[in-house]
Amino acid sequence: MHPILKLVVQRIALGLLLLLAVSLLIFLGTEALPGDVAQAILGQSATPEALANLRESLGLNQPSYVRYFQWLGGILTGDFGVALTNGQDIGQAIGQRLGNTLFLATCAAVISVPLAILLGLVAARYNGRWPDKVISGVTLSTISLPEFVAAYFVIFLLTQVIPIFQPVAMVFPGMSFWDRLQAVALPVIVLVLVVLAHMMRMTRAAILNVMQSAYIETAELKGLSPMRVIWQHAFPNAIAPIVSVVVLNLAYLVVGVVVVEVVFGYNALGQYLVDHVAKRDLPVVQAVGLIFAAVYIGLNILADVIAIVANPRLRHPK
Amino acid sequence: MPDLLDIRNLRIEATSYPPGEAPRDVVLVDDVSVSVAKGKVLGLIGESGAGKSTIGLSAMAYGRGGVRLTGGEILLNGRNIRLADPAALRALRGREVTYVAQSAAAAFNPAKRLMEQVIETSLTHGLMSRADAEKRAVMLFGKLGLPNPETFGTRYPHQVSGGQLQRAMTAMALCPKPDLVIFDEPTTALDVTTQIDVLAAIKEAIHDTGVAALYITHDLAVVAQVADDILVLRHGKKVEYGPTAQIITDPHQDYTRALVSVRSIDHVEKPEAPPVLSIQNVTARYRGTNFDVLKNVTVDLPAGQTLAVVGESGSGKSTLARAITGLLPPSQGRITFAGRELSRDLQSRSRDDLRELQMIYQMADTAMNPRQTVGTIIGRPLEFYFGMTGDEKRIRVQELLDEIEMGKGYIDRYPAELSGGQKQRVCIARALAAKPKLIICDEVTSALDPLVADGILKLLLNLQAQEHVAYLFITHDLATVKAIADRIAVMYRGQVVRYGSKTDVLTPPFDDYTDLLLSSVPEMQLGWLEQVLAHRKMESAGN
Repeated sequence: MHPILKLVVQRIALGLLLLLAVSLLIFLGTEALPGDVAQAILGQSATPEALANLRESLGLNQPSYVRYFQWLGGILTGDFGVALTNGQDIGQAIGQRLGNTLFLATCAAVISVPLAILLGLVAARYNGRWPDKVISGVTLSTISLPEFVAAYFVIFLLTQVIPIFQPVAMVFPGMSFWDRLQAVALPVIVLVLVVLAHMMRMTRAAILNVMQSAYIETAELKGLSPMRVIWQHAFPNAIAPIVSVVVLNLAYLVVGVVVVEVVFGYNALGQYLVDHVAKRDLPVVQAVGLIFAAVYIGLNILADVIAIVANPRLRHPK
Repeated sequence: MPDLLDIRNLRIEATSYPPGEAPRDVVLVDDVSVSVAKGKVLGLIGESGAGKSTIGLSAMAYGRGGVRLTGGEILLNGRNIRLADPAALRALRGREVTYVAQSAAAAFNPAKRLMEQVIETSLTHGLMSRADAEKRAVMLFGKLGLPNPETFGTRYPHQVSGGQLQRAMTAMALCPKPDLVIFDEPTTALDVTTQIDVLAAIKEAIHDTGVAALYITHDLAVVAQVADDILVLRHGKKVEYGPTAQIITDPHQDYTRALVSVRSIDHVEKPEAPPVLSIQNVTARYRGTNFDVLKNVTVDLPAGQTLAVVGESGSGKSTLARAITGLLPPSQGRITFAGRELSRDLQSRSRDDLRELQMIYQMADTAMNPRQTVGTIIGRPLEFYFGMTGDEKRIRVQELLDEIEMGKGYIDRYPAELSGGQKQRVCIARALAAKPKLIICDEVTSALDPLVADGILKLLLNLQAQEHVAYLFITHDLATVKAIADRIAVMYRGQVVRYGSKTDVLTPPFDDYTDLLLSSVPEMQLGWLEQVLAHRKMESAGN
């Protein structure tokens, strides 16, 4: 077996194992909370008889390991159960919102990742000179703003001062792709501002680190232009650290953007999760938690695999 | 016709930032004038810090780090490039002048195929088409004796050996048909058996392409084989400048004479004596591998004498040291030390075992804690093994410092304030402090300049006479072996291929490997390289 394939299979297997462990943690975590689902449904004024009946009908009297495997089995067959608060099928509710979440995250990533890397390369090229200082200054200011401040600022600027966008990012099924793009424009701008600095700084640092190498001196002594030295000789050796930070930010774009969703009224997974945490709707919390964990683990496996593939020593063994 | 490169009154400065003091300017190269005609080779020679690389790079108007070319003229093809603007410099670097670095392993980009890197300048400078450049690269690979020249370029740097990379780097420098190539210690990092081949390949390539070269090295015997003229440098100043024959056979300056006669210590071997260390049938492998790095090694080291272990890199010399010290427990065999059998692993050895067996390393720099003073470093074994404290310890440290000829004033200094040779002396004092019966010296002079290394070897010999300590001396340098050994073990691929007293080992008839090893050591003699190569050719024809 090619060593790369072996490493990739290993990483995926480890990821699945990790996901299993996380599912157990999520289950135990919600188990450890005081009260149970029956109590959550019936409220504090419930009679003991009513509680006992409901527990019986929900299967809550069974030992917890049985319920864990029932829950896990359900998820593996696509059945996330029903929400306590409204009786909706969780799988269905999540499916649509997950689509919205991924759409927003993808739009933000498509803009922010290439932009951050490009700015990082330019900052490294002009290390310590004015382009570097301007790029660092601007991106560090935007990352320092809390998301909601950035969001309101962007709304004020682009709907009031220059009215080109709608302040609310409402999406609904059946919308055309173009309308959707227009709807998410403002949240995408805010998210780009938030994630740009981290990826840009890491690109810059990784490139500058590689620039200390002897082979960069070789490239300079070949009379190559500074941008060619950076792009052709430094960047291919800086991919691994850059990718790991990019992935961290992508994960954040999927799982961490609830504030932005709320500000723009965007109907996605983060908001759904927070709503149901407030209502103590444990099956929903468990399901969404597991999906977020899967996204995190999946993206990190991707980062590992890219780092492995980018390494010529692993790609072309002796 | 003006010379290709004409350096006049060159002055190079840098700013130094000593800790705790104000930054100050230091002069690295002072008033050096030298010239290279078309197709000629100039050797730059001197110890580290003499400014040879700095002068070499100035031929491309390149200053490493914060180095500034502050005075004089650097005339390349008749025009002064010292203050040329960046665009003009980019146009000449990689086209008129190219560079071969000391460590090709570090100087090649690990992420790109060799061919891409070798032809890069020919393409970026618009000198030839990709097809022509690749054809020329393949031709150069062949000329430099690289295996499978047609496909060699498709490999990545990590897929070829150090010697091959050095040749590939030479091909990279020659590919754009430059006027001048700067060779910066191109064979220093190679094994002596590889060095001779690379040296011959470089010499032939220079001759065949008619390119001029600056050849920088600290090894006069090496540069004598390739250079037409030699410039001897010391502390950034010219010591002597003249034709190679004159420098080698009739040096005018004392410093040059010292360089020519370096490595001429000859040590008379001591008579047989009972062994302090006896290694019997030791076999060892690293964990997780199924390859024996030591195979059935059997050698004895008489008390108070020196056993030199020689061989190229990867021959198992340092692994033998790890097996003796217990860092790599052998899978088979016995090690007897001072009359008792040593347990295989470090953990189960007694404190006396540890004390009587000390080690000195190649890199004195990394073997000392930079935040401890010399007094603390040497005092540590006194405290650990003998419980000395306070004045008693300080007096003993001073005695040890006297023994290594460093005297007063060093006890409160930090390693960063010492020279390379002084650091190695402190390491020797630290080893001696434990009153050992055996010191393992792992390439202790390899990182030092020849004259400094000579000083260390003399010191080690004196200490041996005084303290009756035995040395297991690991080295790849045969001149060092001649200077210090009583017995010699030649190692090749984990095995001892030749073992005995110094005279026996160094007297013919030789086995094939020892012959190759001995005949590869550069000698301070004109035409040595041609003689050896012609001799080898004859022998292989005879076979």
